[in-house]
Amino acid sequence: MEYKLTFKDYNKALKQDKLLGLKCNDCGTITCPPMMVCGECASTNHEIVQLSGKGKIATFTTSFIAAEGRENEVPYTIVMVELDEGPWIMGNLVSMDTKKVTMDVIGKPVQFGNRVYPGDKYSNGDMARPAFSLLE
Amino acid sequence: MRRVAVIGTGHSKFCFNSPKTSVEMLAEVAMDAINEANITPKDVQAINVGNVLGDFEEGQGMVQSFFANDIGCFNVAASRFEGACASGSMAVRDAVMWVASGYYDIMLVGGVEKCTAMGTGLATRTFAMFGDSRYEYPAGFTFPAVFALLSHLYSSKYGIPLATLKEQMAAVSVQSHEYAMKNPNAQIQKLISKEDVLKSFTVSSPIQLQDACPFSDGAAAVIIASEEAAKKLVKKPVYFAGIGQASSGKLSSQYKYLPRIHARELASEQSYRMAGLTPSDMDLCELHDCFSIAAMIAAEGLGFFEYGKSGEAWENGATRIGGKIPINISGGLKAKGHPIGATGVSQVYEITRQLRGDMADQGRQVEGAKNGIIDTLGGDGVLISMILTNE
Repeated sequence: MEYKLTFKDYNKALKQDKLLGLKCNDCGTITCPPMMVCGECASTNHEIVQLSGKGKIATFTTSFIAAEGRENEVPYTIVMVELDEGPWIMGNLVSMDTKKVTMDVIGKPVQFGNRVYPGDKYSNGDMARPAFSLLE
Repeated sequence: MRRVAVIGTGHSKFCFNSPKTSVEMLAEVAMDAINEANITPKDVQAINVGNVLGDFEEGQGMVQSFFANDIGCFNVAASRFEGACASGSMAVRDAVMWVASGYYDIMLVGGVEKCTAMGTGLATRTFAMFGDSRYEYPAGFTFPAVFALLSHLYSSKYGIPLATLKEQMAAVSVQSHEYAMKNPNAQIQKLISKEDVLKSFTVSSPIQLQDACPFSDGAAAVIIASEEAAKKLVKKPVYFAGIGQASSGKLSSQYKYLPRIHARELASEQSYRMAGLTPSDMDLCELHDCFSIAAMIAAEGLGFFEYGKSGEAWENGATRIGGKIPINISGGLKAKGHPIGATGVSQVYEITRQLRGDMADQGRQVEGAKNGIIDTLGGDGVLISMILTNE
């Protein structure tokens, strides 16, 4: 059985600021990032949908250390965003000075964009990730 | 299934920059375990080894076979287990099932790691491989960041002001350092204060350096035997009463439960059910405190405290010897150290020795302990629970 939405296709769309997910035809749940099955009921009866890219910050952290090869990125803020359609995804908060990011950002509405991580010798290529900005 | 016992234990000092190779570290503790069990290498029918990153640490894959040969377990079936920081526990649980099934009577389980050989940058990179490489690493995923995300979520979900939570987290680290002072195998033997924790370098907000376990080198080993074999070989076998294992996917996919770790709750339910015991029957616990907040989340998931309340438990002494449930009397991953492939085996070593009453000399015996539980978390997705008993 083939994937409805592979990493390759998800990543390609993300680079064009399109956030794709899967809508389950059996239980209605939206799964994002994509999986072989519905993340809720494990059905394979689902279809690709474009998500709004809007949501609110569920939690965050600002990192001052990084993995080898990414030292020049610190400090950076990671967020987990609860999308309007339900699922949470991990990305970065890029619209704020990291020094000003506090518990106050939790619950704040955000809009998605993307940034590309060029990859390293272990990563088998580049990967985009959601880059969020606060909606003022 | 047959009852299965631990009949021999071995444990290296956990340290920074070990002068020994992985095979050497593992062979030394394995020989100690073999001698304690009153057997010889020829009695070992199969070997399981937890080892996570030997490929990156020493350019050594498949350490289990070279180790088996080095200790004279020539041509014995040897398998390596990889479940990130729960690898050693996976290796133990699997051996328990092989012996319980009757396929083997005596197995050797070891765990070894030389994390510090990688240096901090490569270690941080390779540890991050135990998160989702496609969908979460691009955002800068590291394990300090995971538990930092969970710390802020814990604060907001349970309505605990961050400053209060930070004090509670500091209390976890302070206790671990105190008990590590009494553990000769501990990597860090230095008392710290709450103030020391709160003024340490911020790794990933709100996680500070003293909320985090160190990178470590070390090894541990145990001999696992059927009840029948155990009774012939040693005076005080310690039995596996229950075992459990569950998995989970990428961090974001766990959103309905976070900051709770659903797979931990499933794994511990399995082990409590198999043992016919409840959290209130446990006399001590070794749990996975890779970060202070991780210890708090684990203690709640194992059923010892209400959600959002374990920080108070650490602050009021409920987690010390004499308290409701003594936790990490070894010093935990925080101060004993965390050589990732060895950690689960080290936890089994600790609980076994406590249940045999061996820790009096070190001044950290939980008197009269009958049942102990271990909890190990590997990456985003391997959770193991095992209950040991001396009854």
